[in-house]
Formats: sequence, C-alpha cells, structure tokens
Amino acid sequence: MSCTVSAAPAPAAPAGDPGFGLYVHWPFCRAKCPYCDFNSHVRAEVDQDRWRRALLAELDHVAALAPAAGPLRSIFFGGGTPSLMPPATTAAVIDRAVARFGAEAGIEITLEANPTSVEAARFRAYRDAGVDRVSLGVQALNDADLTALGREHSAAEALAAVALAARTFPRFSFDLIYARPGQDAAAWEAELGRALDHAGDHLSLYQLTLEPGTRFHALAERGRLRLPPDDTQAELYRLSHDLLAAAGLAAYEVSNHARPGAESRHNLVYWRGGAFAGIGPGAHGRLDLASGRVGTSTERWPERWLDRVERDGHGLAPFEPLDAVTRLAELVMMGLRLAEGVPLARIEQLAGRPWRETLDARGLARAERRGHLTVEDGRLKATPQGRLLLDAVLVDLLP
Amino acid sequence: MTELARLRNFSIVAHIDHGKSTLADRIIERCGALEAREMRGQVLDSMDLERERGITIKAQTVRLKYTARDGGDYIFNLVDTPGHVDFSYEVSRSMRACEGSLLLVDATQGVEAQTLANAYQAIDADHEIVVVLNKIDLPAAEPEKIKEQIEDILGLDAADALLISAKTGDGVDAVMEQIVHRLPPPSGEVAAPLKALVVDSWYDPYLGVVTLVRVKQGRLEKGMRARFMGTGAVHPIDRVGVFSPKPVVIDELGPGEVGFITAGIKDIADAQVGDTVTDDKKPADAPLPGFRPSQPVVFCGMFPADGGDYPALRDALGKLRLNDASFAYEPENSQALGFGFRCGFLGLLHLEIIQARLDREFDLDLVLTAPSVVYRLYRRDGSMMELHNPADFPDPTQVDYLEEPWIKATIIVPDDFLGPVLQLCTEKRGIQEQLTYVGQRAMVVYRLPLNEVVYDFYDRLKSISRGYASFDYDMVGFDRSDLVKMDIMINGDRVDSLALMVHRSMAEARGRALCERLQELIPRQQYQVAIQAAIGGKVIARETVKAMRKDVLAKCYGGDVTRKRKLLEKQKAGKKRMRQFGKIEIPQEAFLAALKMETS
Repeated sequence: MSCTVSAAPAPAAPAGDPGFGLYVHWPFCRAKCPYCDFNSHVRAEVDQDRWRRALLAELDHVAALAPAAGPLRSIFFGGGTPSLMPPATTAAVIDRAVARFGAEAGIEITLEANPTSVEAARFRAYRDAGVDRVSLGVQALNDADLTALGREHSAAEALAAVALAARTFPRFSFDLIYARPGQDAAAWEAELGRALDHAGDHLSLYQLTLEPGTRFHALAERGRLRLPPDDTQAELYRLSHDLLAAAGLAAYEVSNHARPGAESRHNLVYWRGGAFAGIGPGAHGRLDLASGRVGTSTERWPERWLDRVERDGHGLAPFEPLDAVTRLAELVMMGLRLAEGVPLARIEQLAGRPWRETLDARGLARAERRGHLTVEDGRLKATPQGRLLLDAVLVDLLP
Repeated sequence: MTELARLRNFSIVAHIDHGKSTLADRIIERCGALEAREMRGQVLDSMDLERERGITIKAQTVRLKYTARDGGDYIFNLVDTPGHVDFSYEVSRSMRACEGSLLLVDATQGVEAQTLANAYQAIDADHEIVVVLNKIDLPAAEPEKIKEQIEDILGLDAADALLISAKTGDGVDAVMEQIVHRLPPPSGEVAAPLKALVVDSWYDPYLGVVTLVRVKQGRLEKGMRARFMGTGAVHPIDRVGVFSPKPVVIDELGPGEVGFITAGIKDIADAQVGDTVTDDKKPADAPLPGFRPSQPVVFCGMFPADGGDYPALRDALGKLRLNDASFAYEPENSQALGFGFRCGFLGLLHLEIIQARLDREFDLDLVLTAPSVVYRLYRRDGSMMELHNPADFPDPTQVDYLEEPWIKATIIVPDDFLGPVLQLCTEKRGIQEQLTYVGQRAMVVYRLPLNEVVYDFYDRLKSISRGYASFDYDMVGFDRSDLVKMDIMINGDRVDSLALMVHRSMAEARGRALCERLQELIPRQQYQVAIQAAIGGKVIARETVKAMRKDVLAKCYGGDVTRKRKLLEKQKAGKKRMRQFGKIEIPQEAFLAALKMETS
C-alpha cells in the first residue's frame, strides 16, 4: 500500500462536506455472541480467494456506479469479526478502494478486532496492510461477565491486546458494554476507572440492548435474564458521561467518547449525513447518483452474496431512492446524536426552505421548551438530557 | 269475528333454555298451521339473533286453529313473551293479552329465577296456569321433586302437572286439550267503545310500523282512525290481520282476538307497548291501566373506532331505533374518543343485543364505554334533571340531592355458592329482603342499586357460582343516595370521558382501582404524568407514571439508518392516534381499557 498514514488529527470538516467513506463487511465470527444481532455467521471453512475476489469485484461495481464519489475520508472494516480476515485481503481491498475512489490526506482506515491473543498476533500484518486504527471489542473487564457475554477472551488477555494495539497502531479504541445484568453504579464506576487506565483517545460505551432474535432476548422473554431497571440504566449512562468528560474524553456522540480530534472519522461521515459505499454481505450504503441520493444494501446471507457477486458482479438489492423529506429525516436523526448537532444550513440546503418549517413545529417548540433541543452557533443540538431521550424527541420532531 | 267461547289466549312462561320455543313449535305443528317442511324449528323466534342466542327478544304471536277431541274447533292465540330480565315490562304487557299461561319447567333443572319472575307476572295478570314439566325423556328428570319445588316456591298446585317432552312431542296432545279445558275464554263487549292493548310493535320497511294488539272490547277494522291514547297519536288503519304464523289480512278483530294493524305509522314511538288503541271517532273514556312509556335506565357511549364511520354509525342507530322504541341515543363528543353517541337501553342485555346487531348487520367497529345508569338530579331551585352522562353534571353548588335507580334482584343459587353470592350482594350495597331454601338451592331477594349491577355484577355472579346462579330483576324505582361525581385528572386536566358517578362509600376504592389501571396503561412519557381521582376539588387517589429516563438507541451507524428511520416513521404514525391531554399524549388503547375497566 502506497499511501502513508499519519496520526495527525484530521482537519476539521469544511462546512457542508461530511466526507465520503467505504464500509466493508466481513460476516464471519468464531462464535456468535448472545447479545449480537449483526449479520454474523460461524463457518468452519471460508474460501479466502473467492471472498477476496468477490469483495474486490463488488467494490469495482460500486465505484463504477458512482464515478463522482470520493475521495475517501475513511475505510472501515466491520463485521462479524474482520480480524479473522486475511491481512492480504485487507491490503487488497484498501489498495483497490484508494485506486478507485482516491483518498483524502490523512485517510482513516479502521478494523474491528477481537482482543484475543490469536488476533493480536496479526496486528502487525494489518498495520502493514494500511490499517491505522483498531476498534477492539473488549466489552467488559471482568471474566465472569465476559463469559456471560459469550466472549472468548479473558479481561487480562483483552488488556494485553489493548496494550499491543496501542504500540502497533497510531490510533485505537475499545468498546465496553454496560447495564449488564446485575451491574450497579459502583461496579461500573470501578470498571470505567480501570478502562481509563488503558484507554487511548477513544472509547465506545454501549448500553446492553436486547435485540429480537438474539439469545439474550429469548432468555429475557422467558424471565431468565433481567436488565437493571430503567432508572439504573439512565444513572449508568450519566455516570459514564460525567466520568469520561472529567477524563478529557467527552461524549461526542451518544455512545462514543474521544479527545477532541480523535473522533472516529468514519462514523462521523454517517452521523453528518455523508455518502458512503457499503460492500460485503448485508452492507448498507448511501450513494449520490445522477438521479439523487439512494440507499443501497446487499444480500445478507454470505453464500448467496458470494454466488450473486460471482454471477452478477455485485450482490446489491434494488436501490431505494431517498427524497428530500427522507434525507432530512436521516440527517436530523443521525446528526442529533452528535454533540456538535446539525448545521441549520445543511437542513435548509436539503429542504430548500427555512429550517424551522421543515420540522414538526409543535414537537420542536416542545423540545425547546423542555430543554431537549437548543439552537446554537447555527446548529440544532440535542442537550445532554435531550440526547438521553433522543428517540422520543425525534418522534415529536420529524415531520 | 270469533265467538268468545271458542277463543283461548295464552303464553308460555319459562326460564331460558327450558324449552319454550320447542313447545311452541310442537303446538303450531299440532294445529297444522305450517307444513312440516316449513317448520324450521323454533318458528316464533324470527330474528337470526334470537335463534343464535336462544332467547326471544321481540314478542311475536301466532293464531292457530285447533280441533279438540270433543270435535269442537278452537282458535288459539299463542302470545310469545320476551325471555329476558330487561324486558319485564314488555312481558307484563304480553301477559295482559292472555287469560292463561303454560308454566313450563325443565324437569332436570327445576325452578329458576326467570321461572319465578315470569310466573309472578302471570299470577299478577290473574292467569289460569297449567304447569308443564318438560324434558321428562332425559334420565336426569326428577318430576316429583320439581313438582314439590313448584308448590313450595310458587304456591301453585302441581299435582296435575303435565309431563312432556317438547323435543319428542310426547305429551303435547294433552297440553292441547288442557289449553281448551283448563284455560278460560276471554270476555269483552263487542258493542263497547274500542280498547285494544298494544302488545308489540316493529318496523317493516314496506308497511311502516306493524302493531300487534289484543282487543279487550269493541271492534277494530280497516279504515278506522286509530288513536293511541297514551301518546295521543292518530293514524288511519289501512290493514288488519293475524299471524298464522304467516300474516293474513282479515276484515276486523273483535273482543278477545289478537292480531295486527298497520296504519302508515313512521315512528315506532307512536305505537308503544302497553298503550291503548281506541277509535278516534268513538273513543273509550279511559285507557287500559298500566301504560308506561319506555325509559332507558342503562347508558353507554358508542364511538366509531374509525372517526370516518360516524355517519355510518348515525344511520345504523337510526335504523335500529325504527324497530325499537326503548332504545334511545343522542350525539356525544368526547375528548378521548371523538364524536359518537350516548345510548340508552332497558338493561345490559338490551345493550348487548344492540351492540351485536350493530356488529352483525352494519359491520361497524365500535368503541363502547363502560355502562352507567340514569340518575335523577334535583337542583336547589327544585327542578329535576335526568343525568345520563357524568360529564353533564352541573356546578355542585346548584345540586340539592341525587336519586339513583334500584332493582329487586332474585337469585337462585346452589347452597355451596350462597356465601360468596351474599358477600357480592353486600359489597354491591345490597339490602337483603328474603332468603329461603328450595331443596339444595337458596333463593335470595335483594334490593340493589342498579349502578353497582351494571358495573360488573353479572360477570362476578357467574364466576363465583360457576354459572349455576340464575338471576332476574325488576326495577323498583329511584331512591335518594349519597352519590358523588368522581373526576379523573391527568396532570391536572380533567378527562371528561373518564368521569363517573359513584356512591361515596365506594369512591375511594373505585378511584384507586382506576388510577392504578391507568398507571399500568399509560406509557412512560418524557415528563412525569400524575393521575388523580378527585371528588370536587379533593384528590382521593393518586398514581404517577414516572418520566421516561432514557430512550435512545445505543448503536446507530451506517447499517442502521434505514431501519431506524422506518421505525421512527412508524412511531410517528402511532403518535397520530394518540389523544392529547394538556401536554400529555396518551394512546387511545389506554383509554379504552380504562373505560371498559372491570375489577378483577
């Protein structure tokens, strides 16, 4: 790979340019976690050559569809468990993507990884392939909870992987899951304190959510798993925000914390309403075509996706055209997750009308009165309290 | 005109399911009025609904020709009676059209509450009563024991009771003969001014209102101007006839005869059951006694589930009213439920029947509020208003006192369940008037406030007696009562459709139950919701729906955008079905569940 990767903070996004990203989905896992509803599958054997060729073919197809897209602000390998992907495949995809779309200076290339010793052993190879940022699924820092969460690593092993990532990559982040069964504020506070000892400039903290179709959901339905009460969940959320803000890692998004400049540039593309290409089984995209913006998605089932790409050159479903109202909904829905909010100019540019007229007037007035939304520096922002209730606020707000 | 001595007018008195309709069929068959292929079983119950529910809603009657064993020809008028508590007034009028009754009792079940109620009606009407025990073909039949019961409870001589099986026809011939020989013929002067009792009336789309009458004296003929003495309506008679059971037009009806008239009547309220028809040219000096215009006592709100169905509901109610003078309705507008109607009924079963007909005949999806009763509200200025809807309760400073309707309830229940039944009646503010035993069964008579009975009395009686209790009631009038209007407030705003009238002694318990139910039903909001029950300004119960603490998706990335957006669109659509109360939005479902509330 030819481009050099620097650890320098990204230049602040020029107003109105949320950037362009590429998402690559690697659908395989060694085991399925009981809380996870992502498109992930366990397979004994994966024909790595076929998969590499297929990913490259679909990448070529999408690039040809949207010739004006780019340059890339970021590439993100998600899954599944992308750290099971051969580094050579990672390198091939990165090289091809940069060749097709071009790259901004300081492009961010992130790979999600599990913090097991097996995967840590390949960190160097991913770095050599061009990956400059890893996001590690640590999830918890005590072994009992890790077992309950179906993870294949111990806390010690995870922290060792974190340390290795810190030495290998210019940037790294890790995830924790909170509001786990039986977890209280004191336990979470202690765990967060340990996490901060090992953290770099970025942490993702996800409240455990029972997604339909998962084993946790089924257990909860049968009364065999109980999440902490609502009030505790809210308390843990606030606690996380206060503690991390004090440590210099303020929440820049509902579940993401970073030092200024260390935000995930890839995810910012989503939250700022940028376009992105998505390849691999079940990947979603937002592409700006001559006809306007469309939503893209691909066949979810890995083998069917592979067959389709080999037959048709891609696994895409028919595009979903997104009209101005829909785009506006997406922009506001995603943008209010960010502390920076949504630039009013973007709303007006999209709707072609004064921004207030584009939203539900009563919902907006009520949210402002309740202190859930504010208008500041030409941006519509959710307050910390508003962000905690964002989904309810959005139902009121969207037209 | 038929010679009086050849006439026999009678009705069959029975509890539900004791075989009244089957016996009627056998009697019609014996008289050869219908070919066998025309017998569809239970000829008298003409409406589908009656067939389905096994009860008779509107009385019908049939005129039959019978040749007795002695060779004489007789005319039988079998006057059908509605078989349910809500129609006791209609039953009493049907009885006045007859001189005798067949008291039909299921020989396996014995005397039940409606056997009693209807038998007393027959006794009140001075009927000669022939006791008939049915279902003696069944192994469980105990005719001797049942005869004893009849003598003990009703004081009727059951020694000569006829033993029959209406199903097989066994013993029916003897019934026919007894009708001739035991029941008296009617009497009445043909030369006297006309007095004809309105036994029933219904709307026919081609003929207008058809009025079923029993001539007491004088003659009734086509062309006569009929005056309804109770309502004052006058209509020229264009048709006189009898049901055999098919309608047959004849020239005139004389004393003792039962038949129908049509007179181009458009509004059924002009021909009310119990009224007296006379000749407008030569009127009788006084009407027959006992006329009482029908008075709805049970009320509920009916709202279309889809507001767009309002005109369809209005038309449907209009059509039902054509056939049912005892059903009343007026427009109502509710904050929670939109536009609908406040409807009045003779009782709960009447309400159920109307609801079922709306559902079946008009295919309307309806929302019904909990039933309430009519109250008499006396103002300080001495005036009285009938309160059909708690929302109409005036400024309390104007109110002097209130009266509520009471009933006399007769319950027959196996001994094992007596305790819980007494407890239920006490809990419902009942006053015991009588407690007697009939073998293994107890008969209790209670005075009960109707508003407690409409609340959940039937369901609970049924469940605590495992369905073995039989129940009948009579309205006994209004009594002064310590009633209060209870308001439900949501974050300080009164919710009109949840207001209710309640006895002061029950207010706190009811208020608490309602608040608790609402607390379960109202989803958490962005702000705390206070639910209060209050009387006047005083809060008697309170519950809080805590504010939603956290409501935000933990993960929302590129792959989640579409799904999340579609979810929001769906929630937004759901929100449009919510009802706004001040700052609070509440799903309509929550109100419905609260309005239909039944204690458990």
